[in-house]
Amino acid sequence: MEINVNVNGEATSADVEPRRLLVHYLREDVGLTGTNIGCDTSSCGACTVHLDGESVKSCTVLAVQADGSGVVTIEGLAPNETDLHPMQEAFRQNHGLQCGYCTPGMVMAAVSLLDENPKPTEREVREGLEGNLCRCTGYHNIVKAVLAASGQPVES
Amino acid sequence: MIPAAFDYFRAGSAEEAVSLLVEHGDEAKIMAGGHSLVPMMKLRLAVPTVIVDVGRLNGLRYVQDAGDHLAIGALTTHRMLETDDLLSQQCPILPAVAHVVGDPQVRHRGTLGGTLAHSDPASDLPAAILALGGTLVAQGPDGTREIAAGDFFTGYFESALAEDEMLTEIRVPKCPNAGWNYQKFNRRAQDWAIVGVAAIVGEGLTGVSLVNMGSVPIRASGVEAALAGGANAADAAASAVDGTDAPTDLNATPEYREHLARVLTRRALEAAGVD
Repeated sequence: MEINVNVNGEATSADVEPRRLLVHYLREDVGLTGTNIGCDTSSCGACTVHLDGESVKSCTVLAVQADGSGVVTIEGLAPNETDLHPMQEAFRQNHGLQCGYCTPGMVMAAVSLLDENPKPTEREVREGLEGNLCRCTGYHNIVKAVLAASGQPVES
Repeated sequence: MIPAAFDYFRAGSAEEAVSLLVEHGDEAKIMAGGHSLVPMMKLRLAVPTVIVDVGRLNGLRYVQDAGDHLAIGALTTHRMLETDDLLSQQCPILPAVAHVVGDPQVRHRGTLGGTLAHSDPASDLPAAILALGGTLVAQGPDGTREIAAGDFFTGYFESALAEDEMLTEIRVPKCPNAGWNYQKFNRRAQDWAIVGVAAIVGEGLTGVSLVNMGSVPIRASGVEAALAGGANAADAAASAVDGTDAPTDLNATPEYREHLARVLTRRALEAAGVD
């Protein structure tokens, strides 16, 4: 089935099997491998992208379900080649990652979280990221990064 | 993991979806958000050969004041339930229960009609609709019919929907001043409830229902009868496991689930304002 998906502002299309997952479409058909596949069971959130402005787990969305929609991946966040998106910058400044595997999904989930709740409490950040697992950081610096990106003071 | 191959049809209306169901019979499954069905298809727990995608039926995403009740379109997402002002005022248990389903990504995609039709006894919202005494509207080839929530859940992942029917609307009572609470007991964020209890008491409603205490969401009729007889929360909760058939799994034995059901029922009733 021929599908058309706007990915990071650019038109993409491919002839896909209906069972093709959105994450495979993004990684293999479009060639954007920043979106990671972690658990592949919609638990870990590593594959989180934005579909029509909302965070989703792209391992649990069929590519055909995204036909005609707009997708933003981690590659689409930064405004240009040299600058980072504020959330990416906050993760960098606050050391919100170690191995980095969960980071693309974590950042995409965090951006969606602030879209819906621009000034979250620490608890709201933790609850808002419940769909994203990190096995390195213990989450503390991730939470700090999200609070910093929201423009709120962060205890060091 | 990739699902087994299937044919894909995108319905442009509920009528078209129903006619596709009529055409393809028991080979076909309706897909709304796909957040129960896609994982099951990836694990080959479900192997439909025809998928009827109703996810574009945006006309079925609504919460409306329908006079003596609230009408909710079947495609309304959990996120919409969570954030809907009318529900927050008129039926606040639903936003609260929607808020504890899965995680934000899941709530962006999952739908109320989808979770009801999926009929997972461990899901949160079916128990809430059951406690509210909701009504489900199903559309088939001969028109629509109403199914009481109490008659809808017929077995493990089985509902009263016929093969050629789809849910289009869920109706719940207005109950802005009733006491309510939802207790969800689990070990980790985003998990299903090991046991859950939904309670709504007041404004003519006495509804208590249990999550994951049998093959279907169960109405705790013993508790409801005790409340009707004037029992306090602790005494009413003692009847919480009447008529249940608690499952066993990695998380809990049936005996532990029964213990949880009694404790959580008492907590839910107290939080709902029962003495």
